Amino acid sequence: MRSGDLILQTMSKVVFFIIILFSIHLFFEGHYRPGGGFVGGLMTSGAIILLLLAYDIKTVKKIIPFDFKWLIAVGLFISVVTAGGSLLFNVPFFTHVHDYFNIPLLGKTSLHTAALFDLGVFFVVVGVTLTIIQTIGESE
Amino acid sequence: MELLMAILIGFLFASATYLLLSKSILRMIIGTGLLSHGAHLLILTMGGLKKGAVPIVNGDGTPVTDPLPQALILTAIVISFGVTALFLVLAYRGYQELGTDNMDELRGTDGNE
Amino acid sequence: MSVLHIAILSPFLFAIIVPYIYKRLRQIHTGWFVLLLPIILFIYFLQFLPQVKEGEGIVQSVSWIPSLNVDFTAKIDGLGLLFALLITGIGSLVVLYSIYYLSKDQEQLNAFYVYLLLFLGAMLGVVLSDNLIVLYTFWEFTSFSSFFLIGYWHHRERSRYGAQKSMLITVFGGLSLLGGIILLYIMTGTFSIQEMVANTSTIINHPLFLPAMIFILLGAFSKSAQFPFYIWLPDAMEAPTPVSAYLHSATMVKAGIYLVARMTPIFAYDANGYWVWLVGGVGIFTLFWGSFNAIKQTDLKGILAYSTVSQLGLIMSLLGVGAGAVHFGNDNQLFIVATIAAVFHLINHATFKGSLFMVAGIIDHETGTRDIRRLGGLMTIMPVSFTIAFIGTFSMAGIPPFNGFLSKEMFFTGMLRVVKMDIFRFDSIGFLFPVIAWIGSVFTFVYSMILLWKTFGGQVQREKLPKTPHEAPFGMLISPVILASLVVIFGFFPNILSDRIIAPAVETIMPMFAIDEIHISHWHGFQPELYMTIGVIIIGILLYLTLGKWTRIYQLFPNKLTLNQLYDVLLPSLETGSNMFIRTHMTGYIRTYLAYIFTFFIAILSFTMWSKHAFHFESTNLADIGLYEVLLFLAVIIGTVTILASKSRLTSIIALGAVGYAVSLFFVLFRAPDLALTQLVIETISVALFLLCFYFLPRNFHLEKTRFKLTNALISVGVGLVVTLIAISSYSTKLFPSISQYYVDHTYDPAGGENMVNVILVDFRGFDTLFEISVLAIAGLGVYGLIKLRLARRKEG
Repeated sequence: MRSGDLILQTMSKVVFFIIILFSIHLFFEGHYRPGGGFVGGLMTSGAIILLLLAYDIKTVKKIIPFDFKWLIAVGLFISVVTAGGSLLFNVPFFTHVHDYFNIPLLGKTSLHTAALFDLGVFFVVVGVTLTIIQTIGESE
Repeated sequence: MELLMAILIGFLFASATYLLLSKSILRMIIGTGLLSHGAHLLILTMGGLKKGAVPIVNGDGTPVTDPLPQALILTAIVISFGVTALFLVLAYRGYQELGTDNMDELRGTDGNE
Repeated sequence: MSVLHIAILSPFLFAIIVPYIYKRLRQIHTGWFVLLLPIILFIYFLQFLPQVKEGEGIVQSVSWIPSLNVDFTAKIDGLGLLFALLITGIGSLVVLYSIYYLSKDQEQLNAFYVYLLLFLGAMLGVVLSDNLIVLYTFWEFTSFSSFFLIGYWHHRERSRYGAQKSMLITVFGGLSLLGGIILLYIMTGTFSIQEMVANTSTIINHPLFLPAMIFILLGAFSKSAQFPFYIWLPDAMEAPTPVSAYLHSATMVKAGIYLVARMTPIFAYDANGYWVWLVGGVGIFTLFWGSFNAIKQTDLKGILAYSTVSQLGLIMSLLGVGAGAVHFGNDNQLFIVATIAAVFHLINHATFKGSLFMVAGIIDHETGTRDIRRLGGLMTIMPVSFTIAFIGTFSMAGIPPFNGFLSKEMFFTGMLRVVKMDIFRFDSIGFLFPVIAWIGSVFTFVYSMILLWKTFGGQVQREKLPKTPHEAPFGMLISPVILASLVVIFGFFPNILSDRIIAPAVETIMPMFAIDEIHISHWHGFQPELYMTIGVIIIGILLYLTLGKWTRIYQLFPNKLTLNQLYDVLLPSLETGSNMFIRTHMTGYIRTYLAYIFTFFIAILSFTMWSKHAFHFESTNLADIGLYEVLLFLAVIIGTVTILASKSRLTSIIALGAVGYAVSLFFVLFRAPDLALTQLVIETISVALFLLCFYFLPRNFHLEKTRFKLTNALISVGVGLVVTLIAISSYSTKLFPSISQYYVDHTYDPAGGENMVNVILVDFRGFDTLFEISVLAIAGLGVYGLIKLRLARRKEG
């Protein structure tokens, strides 16, 4: 598929980063305000789909040079390892821990294993959505 | 409001069923989409509507709406997306291989059991 | 895990490495490696002999499914040890024989030995398990391995037929056995045989006693090829001869015998005599029927198969009649001789029948045929085989001095004493037992002679033989020679067995008796048994010499009325019948199936709601209706109607998107920001996806003409109504407090979050999410696979 719309292309260059930033914000906000891995992941995929619509698959592949299938596997792996990791500490499967740390520049920050799990969800969602869109787009 | 929602849900289910019973595979896929909308609203309605604030810890003890149906629906939304995508591609590939999207022509025959 | 458990499971473990051995060491016959295992096991089991003789059983238990009272309890007692020795001993000889029988260049040896080892382990499991569920598991394993071994030459139609037949019949029996086991469990609350034996009185007075007994007997009879289930055994002869010798004569078919023997202490006390009559009656009739039918067979292995059926019936009848002894108490041991004879004949049968099968295999191997109409005169060509066959057949016919004679004499003794039992009407019609036994023995004598002289006597018909006959190679003769020597040794010195093996086994079957020394003697004086034997020999010789004159009576039995015919007619008609039934409502149209599903959905849900008075409407505590909500409501309705009415696919898709956005706005109104966000983004991506698909789909990928269909509309309206009613009742009914409060209270402490929905997703109900992303991943890979893997093209290419 090929789209030569100059306005769309110029716009999406800017909008892409705004959406990505927003999706990262959504992802990290998730535990406290609406958002999380699902929405964040979907939003990121939305940004990339915008690129796909504005340019074509080959260009997007050049910009993001990795296989989205791998993202699914990585995401699942992170989630399962996070969930199963608790077994190593002799607590039931899926037990999360969290604590507050003082990190330079950021100040008091809470770190949560649930965020790791959510990261896995994020990756799977991005991976699946883009795998689907990409394979359909490539199958001319 | 709940009564209104119940009627809406019933309407969505009825339309979805009608679409699912049709011959065109695309209409069936749209039917599944409507069915999942109906199901999501049904789950939400079960938990009671507008019974409190947004389910975020507010610290002052204001009651919040039931967060559990929302969590379930969130899961369901994403799954139904995946399923719809799979159906679409199935229809698309089926058309490519078999040259039809008419369910009556896609009937399994006695020969290939 | 004890050594005993490892011994039982070792064949399974060994089976795993057999394919590797076969692959790596092709030049050496795989059988040589396999041979080690049964020999080691045989020696291992031999060491238990002194302990068991002292009456000390060995019990080792490993917990398997404790919640269901299923433990893998391995137990060695007299009966189990006897069978274990038979299984491993005959197993060793059979493996040795198979090394020469199966060519390493032409046969799939890896498969053969894997199946054989599976069988060996399963059979050991059957005879050494105390827990009935474990026993049942191994029991079915023997059926499976038998199935595979019968179908070993699966390119032959008859092999597949025989395999299927044996599978259907024995698995039917296995299922029935499971039913019996469960009934026993209901009665006693345990699966352990020892504990059941201790609770006999509860069992015999329980109303489920008779059903349990019948179920268990069905299992035993079908496995041991008793009338009317025997029909699978002759067809099982399609298996390679080592298998026939092992499974279908020496061991597997005796699993039923084992089961009956094992269950005797539980069921023999039956006050109505069902056990004695059923086991004894079916056994004695099978003895007669098997021997009678053996005579008309022309295939060597066919004769041996019917002979096995008949001999199994003999052992079964002895066990049945012997069980009657328990009603006379420890002081009256007159009737226990039947049980002793059963155990003794069990051993003897394994020896002489094993050797005969091996000889049949040798003849098949060296001449290319097993048809007695083409064989003859092999006596001088194959002298060693002839000698073995001579010993085997004479033992089978019950002619002194071989071991078969001894057990046949004891068999007559047991049957004659039946008449003296003054219970269960044995005093009036019990005389049938010795009469049928004698007739059966006459036929046994006749077919034994046919087997021997039609093969080895007379003239050689070289032109009818596919191969030039010659004596078998030395290795092939080892196993049958050993078995034949045992026939002779046991014949002359039966008492080397009596105290070491027979007595402990009988004590297991009849724990209520203190067995005195068992002495088996050759000469009883001029007793009725002796006259019976003499009669058998004289009448048998006469019948053999006049064979051509009386075999016409077999034509009196029409072929159409045999059990085999019944099986052959029943099975295909069952298939076509069920096919026809399914075709009446399975049309192949997906719409029909969906219509069924939705109709049942309506019917079941509305019936339940009506019968349980589940419909409930609470008008209080309803949320108020605002203007926005009404507008959204209308938007959804309009969108949906557009989809229904639209003829353009683009319109439908955009309308679907509109409905989706309206739903996400509903989420906003209903205080669900997470849902609203997600739905919004998903809807966007979905529409993009739909449109993308359209971009590539051919133009004529059309929507059907939207013709209104009344049936579909009725079903749809029904579904809608039912769902509306459910929706109304569901928010009006609160049967128990919601679990949500827990999540609400614990979101901040200890879960450390503020957004409850997200905390539920990643923390409280993380499992849901984990599986959800797995499903999503599968869907994604499914899409990828559908598009990338073009199976049809691969087929063409």
